[in-house]
Amino acid sequence: MHTKGDIILRVEGLSKSFGSLQVLRDISFTVRKGETKCFIGPSGTGKSTLLRCINQLTVPDSGRVFLFDQEVTNAGPRINELRQRMGMVFQNFNLFDHLTARKNVEIALLRVKRMEASAAREKAGFELRRVGLEDKADQYPAQLSGGQAQRVSIARALAMDPDVMLFDEPTSALDPELTGEVLEVIKGLARDGMTMLIVTHEMGFALSVADEILFMENGQIAERGTPEELMTNPGFDRTRRFIGRIRDFTRAPGEG
Amino acid sequence: MDQATFIFDILIPNLGEGFLVTLALIALSAPCGLLVGMGVAAGRVYGTRPLRILAKGYVVFFKGCPLLLLLFILYFGLPSLGLPLGAFLSAVLGFIFCNSAYNSEFIRGAIHSIKEGQFTAAQALGMSRGQVIRYIIMPQAVRKAFPGIMNEFIYLIKFSSLAYMITVIELTGAGKMIATKYFMFTETFFILGLVYLVLVSVTTVAAHFIEKKYRIIAQ
Amino acid sequence: MDTLQVLMEWSPWLLQGTIYTLGLVLLSLALGLAFGLPMALGQVYGSRPARYCIGAYVWFFRGLPVLVLLFLFYFGIFPSLNLDIPVFFIGVVVLGLRGAAYQAEIFRGAIQSIPDGQMLAARSLGMSQWQAIGSVILPQALLIALPGWSNEYPEVLTETSVCYAIGVLELLTRASQIVAETYIAMPIYVSVAILYILLNYAGMQALHGLERRVMVPGFAQVTS
Repeated sequence: MHTKGDIILRVEGLSKSFGSLQVLRDISFTVRKGETKCFIGPSGTGKSTLLRCINQLTVPDSGRVFLFDQEVTNAGPRINELRQRMGMVFQNFNLFDHLTARKNVEIALLRVKRMEASAAREKAGFELRRVGLEDKADQYPAQLSGGQAQRVSIARALAMDPDVMLFDEPTSALDPELTGEVLEVIKGLARDGMTMLIVTHEMGFALSVADEILFMENGQIAERGTPEELMTNPGFDRTRRFIGRIRDFTRAPGEG
Repeated sequence: MDQATFIFDILIPNLGEGFLVTLALIALSAPCGLLVGMGVAAGRVYGTRPLRILAKGYVVFFKGCPLLLLLFILYFGLPSLGLPLGAFLSAVLGFIFCNSAYNSEFIRGAIHSIKEGQFTAAQALGMSRGQVIRYIIMPQAVRKAFPGIMNEFIYLIKFSSLAYMITVIELTGAGKMIATKYFMFTETFFILGLVYLVLVSVTTVAAHFIEKKYRIIAQ
Repeated sequence: MDTLQVLMEWSPWLLQGTIYTLGLVLLSLALGLAFGLPMALGQVYGSRPARYCIGAYVWFFRGLPVLVLLFLFYFGIFPSLNLDIPVFFIGVVVLGLRGAAYQAEIFRGAIQSIPDGQMLAARSLGMSQWQAIGSVILPQALLIALPGWSNEYPEVLTETSVCYAIGVLELLTRASQIVAETYIAMPIYVSVAILYILLNYAGMQALHGLERRVMVPGFAQVTS
């Protein structure tokens, strides 16, 4: 039994280049159970690549990743098993267009976990309720708003009971009015003790939910710290400008 | 005799004439097929009710009737009505009817995808309906329908072989005659096939090139 | 001689021809599906040599005129293999091989039009490559391909008439034989043309009906 505070994910020396462009340079960090880590930074600094290297959807050039004590890199055919324990939510939702919301959540339970149909249905219903979309269960992705679609994709990932959730810019493709409902769901997961890695642009959200924020630039972790640390003492110039800019942006109209 | 001798000393030299006939068939049918197709499409979209019905009937008939049957109707059927057109002309006519029917569908679809505002704007400038169709709508529609039209052109290249069935000695006919004479069937038809393949491939490549060069599918 | 009379007299003969024609169509479509779908999968997910081989096959069987293919097999390949099979089955083989090439292209286009994200999402849930293909990619590909696939029907129907050239007793061959015996060419041929048009219409209605029943709301469709 793993107690709170155990190291769930260990990333050691992850590096990745695409052609001549080095996107990740020797990235290392650990994640403990129940922690939420947010990755922030300008576009193209490899944040998405980092998440995809963790579940090997992108294979890194070098470095190792460990889920508990099992090595994820070089796992061979065992990777499918390991991926079941890491839930991923994509910027573009990637819901299966030919299936209803309910079937989207059920399909991996049926095919990968080989659950009984009734058990899968129950679990899917539970997760859809959790994200507040039980009434949309029989709609198709094309019939859902962006925020609803993203919440379904969160339910789909949660249904597998993962040890860690990976969020790749979950609200970047959404209209501003719709980001709130998704961020609320993620905050709820943090309250429930889910271990999460979140790549996001939403600085305000990161400050409110993260246990640690990692600022990435040029493929490296340029700055890291708890929200309090970063807010009161951002050492790195760029971080400060970025935070300052976001802070202005998240200030409500009318405030000074 | 061995295959190499047959292929290079007998088959290929003797296919020359048939090949020219095939080219002639295509050269005559394709442009006409396009023009008639444009006319039929225009008739279906912009014509009066009787014209629209006529055009639709044209398309339904010439799309639904197999090309070979059409060739038979023209070559075997028309003479009994006092219109002996001869094999070559029957073949060309048949190809034009068939090709134009398919082209008109692509062009019609393209016309529908052109914004209505274009027609209105042109009329506001004082153009008559006919002028609008001719100078504004059709050029755009043909460009948009280009892939479909090229596709039909390639079908034409292949279906030109059917002219042999109404006694036109084009490429396939020439090949069959040689094969029968020398009893070298597999080799002949294989080479024949390669000739068509080359024709089709060259056309496909040329089509891509034209599409790119004139940026035909701009929108 | 009255055309209607003639048609009535010969209707059993023509009916048999219709059955032969439809048989050719259905068998050709079935063979095309059975071989075309795996070939499409091979072209998208297969190894390099597999892709080249399948590509060559598709290029060959799409590029040759049906007539030449029929002659090739009827006069050349089957005799040289010492196989003496009924012409009907030669027709089925040729049309089937051709159909497979065309359908491979249709399905390949459909599969490749599916956004990468679908496969990524499936794999991220722990599905293996094959599970992902079976549960996520193929169902969508089939839905996307359906309109294009429906167009195969009129094409194959037309191709069956070319089987006249090797003596298969389908509709056109039989019509010609009627004409040869009764000498009333135009009315017979036009009547048979109408028959083909009706067969076309009936088939397309059936396929459109299938499309309506199977379509998923708002599903992104590829226009072929």
